[in-house]
Amino acid sequence: MALLEHELTQLKGNLVDMFLLVQKQLRKSMRALTDLDKDLGREVLFNERRVNAEELKIDKDCENLIALFSPVAIDLRFIFAAFKINSHLESIGDSAKGITKMVLELETKYDAQLLEAIQLQKMYEIANSMIDDNINALRGDDTSQARLVFKKDDELDSINRHATKIVAEHIAKGATDLVPLLNLITVVRRIERVGDLSSNIAEEIIFYVEAKVLKHEKEKI
Amino acid sequence: MAKECEVVKDYEMKAFSSNVEIESPSAEAIEMKEETAKNISASVSTGDKFKIETNNVHCWYSDFHVLRNVSMGIKPNTVTALIGPSGCGKSTFLRVFNRMNDLIEGFRIEGTVLIDSKDIFSREIVINELRKKVGMVFQKPNPFPKTIFENVAYGLRVNGVSHKKFIEETVERSLRQAALWEEVKDKLQKNALGLSGGQQQRLCIARAIAVEPSIILMDEPTSALDPISNAKIEELIYELKQKYTIIIVTHNMQQAARVSDKTAFFYLGDLVEYDETKIIFTNPKQEKTQNYITGRFG
Repeated sequence: MALLEHELTQLKGNLVDMFLLVQKQLRKSMRALTDLDKDLGREVLFNERRVNAEELKIDKDCENLIALFSPVAIDLRFIFAAFKINSHLESIGDSAKGITKMVLELETKYDAQLLEAIQLQKMYEIANSMIDDNINALRGDDTSQARLVFKKDDELDSINRHATKIVAEHIAKGATDLVPLLNLITVVRRIERVGDLSSNIAEEIIFYVEAKVLKHEKEKI
Repeated sequence: MAKECEVVKDYEMKAFSSNVEIESPSAEAIEMKEETAKNISASVSTGDKFKIETNNVHCWYSDFHVLRNVSMGIKPNTVTALIGPSGCGKSTFLRVFNRMNDLIEGFRIEGTVLIDSKDIFSREIVINELRKKVGMVFQKPNPFPKTIFENVAYGLRVNGVSHKKFIEETVERSLRQAALWEEVKDKLQKNALGLSGGQQQRLCIARAIAVEPSIILMDEPTSALDPISNAKIEELIYELKQKYTIIIVTHNMQQAARVSDKTAFFYLGDLVEYDETKIIFTNPKQEKTQNYITGRFG
């Protein structure tokens, strides 16, 4: 195997690890929220340091690969893509951190019915499956997997709009504890943000595999 | 200028001493080493020392002071690249290690050069023995006008080895290590000059490793080759460092970046900077190095 090929395989492996790490962070932050498990929340905050360290390591690896191997064509695109995917993944990690910080300030559990009505669990599941799709796409250089992400993002956007309405109605009905409710909207936004970041990641995967730029295009074909 | 030289020398010493610091083994490590030393091959058991060490080396060709105060430590099983513009002294430095400069009239050296902690310029050193230990591969492939087999067997034969089976095994092993076996196994009795340039160069590497050196010097080993052969030799260098300590002179900076663990930048006889290759190519400490590797030199 060519030297660069070996290095790129390693970079891809590290990127997949980063995916799995932030996916786990997101899962734990959601469980901390629904179960009001503050210990789990603190664990998420602690592990945020690992996310940051991994981000720096992958950034450095990308810089080294460009400096040492002068990659061209798909190799160069892959390194560019990896560099940006890395940054998007770190932002997904930040979303998990944001959700967790809010959990740590929470005094009582959210009403299960309200969470059901805004479809929080469903949102999380969609966002999580988008991360899975991207991992599969990356592992197999499979852009059909990456393209699954865009549709799911539309779905998340629509749930997001719906959720805002429901919380507004809840307040209109005379809810008194407003801060947790407003925070809940922030949680919904953060998950919606995970969807946006996952779409960006999918675009990067398509960019390196097919050399197509889908950024800022409405039709992601 | 004088001040600049001081800075450079100071840096060298720091680079040198920092290596020494990292390398000094703890008591535990020494104990562990002693326990397991019997079972470990020679290359590993010397793993905590420098394979090659130069201290304050100066070289002259008559009155031309070609290398100035070069101190460097090279660890075993690593690839070290020597880079720098023509006339910077890098090839002279490479040829110090097998004492090939001795053949040049008016050549003079000061300072010490240690290989496996032995001074290679001391009187006890037998040059032929040294050169057995330190193989060399040149810029242009230079196979002998003999068969492929005899090229590789040559080193053994001149060393008086006549055991047929041993020679055959060594030829095959060397060709395999040089990633050439599959291409030539059916034509070992053909003339080596019929091989392509890239194959000839790998044959020269096979010839060099047949006598089991522990160090391989390479003087621009791929500059006469096409890109595919170039890539093959580079992959080979990467493979060979498992068994050998390799020093390579190259004008191709990207080659230095791709294959080496450490890079030394020479300029006008000074060792300007010596560090991890990753550092040299992403964040060199000396402005001269940066200017050279970014092509802004001169």
